[in-house]
Amino acid sequence: MRQAAKDKCISLILLAVAMSAIASLAMIAAFIFREGLPIMMKVGVGKFLLSSDWYPQEGRFGIFPMIVGSLAVTAGAMVIGGTLSLACAILLTQFCPPKVVSILKPCIELLAGIPSVVYGFIGVVILVPAISRYLGGPGLSVLAASVVLGVMILPTVTSISVDALRAVPRSYREGAIALGATEWQTTHRVMLKAARSGIVAAMILGMGRAVGETMAVIMVAGNTLDLPHSILAPVRTLTSNIALEMGYAAGEHRRALFATGVTLFAIIMILNTIALTVSRRRARKAGQS
Amino acid sequence: MKRPSPAAMQRLAVSFMWLGTILTVGVLLFIVAYILTLGLPHVTWEFLSQGPRLMGREGGVFPMIVGTLWVAGLAVMIAAPVGVITAIYLTEYTLEGKLTAVIRFGADCLAGIPSIIFGLFGFVFFAITLGMGLSVLSGALTLAIMVLPTIIRTSEEAIRAVPRAYREAGYGLGATRWGVVTKVVLRSALPGIGTGVVLSIGRSISETAAVMLTAGSALRLPTSAFDSTRTLALHFYILAREGISMSKAYATASVLIVAILAINLFAYWVMQRFVAKVR
Amino acid sequence: MKWIIAAFLALAAAVVFVSIGAGWGGHRGKPVVCIGSTSVEPFAEMLAEEFQHKDPNLSIDVQGGGSTAGIQAILEGIADIGMCSRSLNPPEAAKLRGIPIALDGLAVVVNKSNPVTALTRDQVRAIFSGEVARWSEVGGADEPIDLITREEGSGTREAFMKLVMEAKVAPPAAAASQPSTASAPAAAPPPVVRISRKAMTQESNGAVKELVKHNRRAIGYMSLGLVHDELKIITVDGVHPTAEAVRSKQYPLMRPFLFVVRGTVRPAAQDFIDYVLTPEGQHVLEKEGLVGVR
Repeated sequence: MRQAAKDKCISLILLAVAMSAIASLAMIAAFIFREGLPIMMKVGVGKFLLSSDWYPQEGRFGIFPMIVGSLAVTAGAMVIGGTLSLACAILLTQFCPPKVVSILKPCIELLAGIPSVVYGFIGVVILVPAISRYLGGPGLSVLAASVVLGVMILPTVTSISVDALRAVPRSYREGAIALGATEWQTTHRVMLKAARSGIVAAMILGMGRAVGETMAVIMVAGNTLDLPHSILAPVRTLTSNIALEMGYAAGEHRRALFATGVTLFAIIMILNTIALTVSRRRARKAGQS
Repeated sequence: MKRPSPAAMQRLAVSFMWLGTILTVGVLLFIVAYILTLGLPHVTWEFLSQGPRLMGREGGVFPMIVGTLWVAGLAVMIAAPVGVITAIYLTEYTLEGKLTAVIRFGADCLAGIPSIIFGLFGFVFFAITLGMGLSVLSGALTLAIMVLPTIIRTSEEAIRAVPRAYREAGYGLGATRWGVVTKVVLRSALPGIGTGVVLSIGRSISETAAVMLTAGSALRLPTSAFDSTRTLALHFYILAREGISMSKAYATASVLIVAILAINLFAYWVMQRFVAKVR
Repeated sequence: MKWIIAAFLALAAAVVFVSIGAGWGGHRGKPVVCIGSTSVEPFAEMLAEEFQHKDPNLSIDVQGGGSTAGIQAILEGIADIGMCSRSLNPPEAAKLRGIPIALDGLAVVVNKSNPVTALTRDQVRAIFSGEVARWSEVGGADEPIDLITREEGSGTREAFMKLVMEAKVAPPAAAASQPSTASAPAAAPPPVVRISRKAMTQESNGAVKELVKHNRRAIGYMSLGLVHDELKIITVDGVHPTAEAVRSKQYPLMRPFLFVVRGTVRPAAQDFIDYVLTPEGQHVLEKEGLVGVR
């Protein structure tokens, strides 16, 4: 009887802790929405998202160039980082001798911990001047940000993709080989399709990280208010905008920054919903087969 | 034109992938090597034990090391127990349902939110509204709520991965729910939980945007939790950005990278040993 | 298993206890917190170092963020002193007191390899509004001009707007009736010419300096006292900016450095302000190229 009472006591403590944690997180989300939504409504959601006039001192809040900026550098990051990661992951799981894998994989994972400001700094010191000299423009550009972000997400996306590919049952591979396929044919016709939801999850995670990066982007992107007209043009992202202005923003301006936060929240929610639906569809298909 | 044979296609594909992999590993290693080569020569005992002079042009980074330990350490010490307990409660003490799915989705979203938004929240809520000002406490609390969703999710995944049979065996032997949780489930899930915690430690140490406006950027050694402080990552950013001293910047970055690599390696080693012991 | 948890909790409790306990029982006293202009910041830091040498019991924390951030910090109570590199505007002056500690020139800077050495104020305005887009139009190479600007909350930027981007340096009422003919699409209110949207924003003087130092097509503006001979300073309207030119009011682009406070000031903060205004404190500033206010 005492044991049951003790158990109940413990579960109540756990409940209290868990509830306060969840409540705090919910309150934070609520705070951000409470600060940001009213000004979005006041300016008009359409105008807020589609207007290119960001003049806080005049009360004009339009974040369209920043949205384009964030999307552009993220897309660039995925093109660079996503393809390299995938190449890496496929190689490590399908075509690499185990001894080499046991060195390379921990190598890549350890490098996941390098601070983003270091990437940004190397971008400024090496990449930006190179872009300016060989490709033109000021060097601070969509391209610079894309490359820096792409490299930054390599460790994360690679290791999750590796895990996804490793999770595919051996029988799939062996079956395909037994049918006479080469390893490469097996890979792109069987393994990749089987690991698709895990790889998509890895890509989504990478995208989220790219969208959310602030410091490295401030250092290499140029932070102009204009829409970028090419990948060599400077750009400002949503996160950079918040970081540059939050120190001195007050009143409506500060609330507009929270509204930018709400926009980012929405973007992340959309990305996560996509990941969720893809994995659910996968699970359903697997259940059927 | 004759269609290339499958064997030829494979050779082509594999060459591309080797290229990609070498590029990937190469770039990452280059970055580490570049920083360490330019920075380690300047990391002397004086550098590690003294405070900065002339805004960081001379002297060392001792206050920044302390500040980083304090802010990141406090953050993880708050977030790790709370996160793991929340994960335990969600998986072991509640039934799978709409509510847990919503909570899981919410935690996933919050885990993906850019850190600058937590910084904005922390600045407005902790520093201003609660009156803590720019301080270790503001910074630590902000980082804590930033890593909490990640810890909850990774712990939850690790706990859910424990096979049901383990639990059933425990209950079959007459253990209480809490007994099964601690002696069976947690022990099995510890590597996964550990990974999440180590990831959060790394993230807290590297975080710059969120600490800039919550912990501030004071150069002095913090003597209380209400003092402002500057973390190593922020110090590196400021030194590099303002061109104050490139050699000190590289040295600071070297300390940072070595510390993070050491933590990751240590965690890796502990996990290996722990997994071996459990087996 | 229990050991790990117990040890962890004990360690955590110890850290938290020591942290908060030290905070309340600290005999150092709360440090004087100065937040604000990145132009004033290095000088305030220098003064703080000197001041703390004299009285090690006092501690002073200096942080950047920009002039407006400093004013916000004062208003919201997280700073003792706000550092400002522009004059207070009427709503701010109504609530706060600005104590001038020095005068600083505003330098228009270009890369050392740029052949252009002198411009008129109208030319600078045309460049920064985007109307003049290539260096060849002002006597330089045939290359596009990369504009560098500061964030909106920057006192340096505010000073630049007032001193250069306004058609004529006149009281706001007069300026409204005389829009410059060299202006780009002038917005309805206010009558000041906007800096081009293509300008790249940097968040501190140091960042501007670094950028212009490494980009031969760049032009920017920053605190005169912080250039340290690493960039070429443009002669504006025939006057080359030096501390002397600023002091004799020959160089027109000049702004005050202020310590901004609200109401009654803590004794420790007041001591620091007093120190800055002593001959010794002013000498520290003048040695670095600022103009004192004695």
